[in-house]
Amino acid sequence: MSEIISRMKDLPSAHLLGAGTPMCSGCGGLEALHQIYDVLGENTVFVNAAGCMTLLSVYPFTPFRGSWLYTAMASAPAGAQGVRDALDLLIQQGRLPPEEDLQVVVLTGDGSAYGMGMSATSGAMDRGLDFIYICYDNEGYGNTGQQYSSATPHGAATATSGGTGGFPGYKKDLFSIWAAHQPSYVATVIASEPLDLAKKIAKARDMSGPRMIIALSPCPTGWDYDPRESVAIGKLAVKTGVWPLKEYENGTVTHTRIPRERPAVEEYLKTQGRFSHLFRPQRNEALLTEIQQRVDRYWAQAQ
Amino acid sequence: MEPILLTGNAAAAWGARLAGVDYVPAFPITPQTEIIETLGAWLDSGAMPGRMVTLESEHSMLTAAGAAAATGVRVFSATSSQGLLHAMEMLYTVAGWRAPFVLVNVSRGLSAPITLEADHNDVLAARDSGFLQIHCTDCQEVVDSVLLAYRLAEDTAVRLPVMVNLDGFYLSFTREPVRLPDLAAAREFLPPFDPGSMRFAASAPQSQAVAVLGGSPYSYFRYETHLAARNAISVYQRIAAEFESRFGRERGAVEAYRCDDADIVFFMIGSFASKAREAVDRLREAGRRVGLLRPRLLRPYPAEIIASALLGVRGVAVVDQNISMGQGGVLHTELAAALYGRGSAPAILTSFIGGLGGREIAPQEFFEMAEVTFRAVDEGRSPPPRLLYTETELRELRKLQSVALAEREQTSPAGRATP
Repeated sequence: MSEIISRMKDLPSAHLLGAGTPMCSGCGGLEALHQIYDVLGENTVFVNAAGCMTLLSVYPFTPFRGSWLYTAMASAPAGAQGVRDALDLLIQQGRLPPEEDLQVVVLTGDGSAYGMGMSATSGAMDRGLDFIYICYDNEGYGNTGQQYSSATPHGAATATSGGTGGFPGYKKDLFSIWAAHQPSYVATVIASEPLDLAKKIAKARDMSGPRMIIALSPCPTGWDYDPRESVAIGKLAVKTGVWPLKEYENGTVTHTRIPRERPAVEEYLKTQGRFSHLFRPQRNEALLTEIQQRVDRYWAQAQ
Repeated sequence: MEPILLTGNAAAAWGARLAGVDYVPAFPITPQTEIIETLGAWLDSGAMPGRMVTLESEHSMLTAAGAAAATGVRVFSATSSQGLLHAMEMLYTVAGWRAPFVLVNVSRGLSAPITLEADHNDVLAARDSGFLQIHCTDCQEVVDSVLLAYRLAEDTAVRLPVMVNLDGFYLSFTREPVRLPDLAAAREFLPPFDPGSMRFAASAPQSQAVAVLGGSPYSYFRYETHLAARNAISVYQRIAAEFESRFGRERGAVEAYRCDDADIVFFMIGSFASKAREAVDRLREAGRRVGLLRPRLLRPYPAEIIASALLGVRGVAVVDQNISMGQGGVLHTELAAALYGRGSAPAILTSFIGGLGGREIAPQEFFEMAEVTFRAVDEGRSPPPRLLYTETELRELRKLQSVALAEREQTSPAGRATP
């Protein structure tokens, strides 16, 4: 389980997660989960909160070879606490052989992670819970038809932000909020950068304590683009600097990819219907400039 | 064992300790806090093995409790009032998981207005959740009921979480003599938890609590839960009989006090039932044939046992320490539903709401309720429900309001408060 991943050819090709799930075609979150599961392996118990991926395990089938527990939207990390504590107790008491132990993995969308589940997540980090948290972030309440959440980026049209300016708020900086708790590890990943993703998941897997992962998850239905574009859009999110790939460890934030030549953010925005109002019927220069400036400012501060 | 003086809260903690619980997810709330402080002190000193974790809310506490039980350890938790309501989503959820554990609820009136003392709207809000409910009237019953609750929860024909209810302040902070079962006898009565296939382990992957699509599989699981709860009536009677033979204390699903030749009975739950018992004795001394019927087990609802205990009774005074807004007393409604259509049922049910937020129910009020019920029996007609409140109380409240208003008029810069 602790093989070194340093090159593309080191990536596992186990394909542990079964096919035929009810996720949308081109789901960037499912692609990330496929890759994550191959690195974590089947000795895992996924503790899920309400979201798209709740539909992965629908009675009586599951694509997981390991275990699964659905909880509720607000409290998956507390479910992880109960499972982890119980496994520890059973092992301590000799009622469960240590080789039967499981990695406890919370799996939620951004609706839970950025909002309703935040207090439970904060509590789990306070308590130093030994778990991995995977947030698949498709920047809105996707399972209910993409209403805006606090992960929605500025200007994006959603089912509840359809005005000319799109979503008036700004995407919450969950990475920093999580890092402020000083957990063992925080990282951003994206499925379109599988090597970066696998290195981070392998690193998290071999650590203990709270290990927190946010996977930006391009969403064809929510972001309004052709499912075949998911990987290209993911790559653009990284190249344009919209989605910084980084990790937090021992009090330090490190960018694992610094895009030197950043194409204009609009190259990313114009691939998605949720931003089409920025370009048609006429260009919204003010908003496009604001979005670009925010990305520029981020990278100016990051370096 | 000689009795010792224990509060209801300490009795609940002793119940958990004697049950050999492994895991205590906790969150403090008045008037429950002494339970988790007591357990915390024992766990810290090593007097009791296991682990306690304070979560950041009752919602999380119940999630952790259910998840740990679903992983195969014996779990205990406790809450009260607003905490129970904050956890409400998870009460339904973990009951649906069929996670067997025990939750003590220390009853306290619900907001608004926010208050501290007892009534039963909190625990009755959970009546449809799938949690079974045992209601206590004294501190001895608290420790006994926690042990009974684990046997009930973990029985393979049941496999449901169980709530043990005691009244805030009246029991939680009141010391009464309690006989603690010794540890060996408790262990003999309650062997270690056997989770069966309900666990998580690397070699036995398990999907628990998965989604269903459509009404058919949903109904299947909901009916399974209901049928398991119905099984709990006979299971409870069996384990209560075993409890009585081991420990000498009668803990049946329903307590019938001086009901045998009774013309009318009081019907109620909780600590105030001991006031009713006292009133029954006084009324008996005065030659009135009165009894008290008190369900310990409220979920599942022991309708048959109640109906047979009421054979020959002509009127029932239902005293509800709760209020369903726009309807009335929950116990009254449920008793009427259980008795309707039985030819042998008492013809008269009278309904009284009282004791909300810890308000006293005085002996005179019990006598009055009895008289109202006797009169209704004679007249052959049940009167409308009554809300217990005295003229003196109303006058006292009006007085306070007048004082507050006078103060405001005196101190208002304009000289007069706005009307």
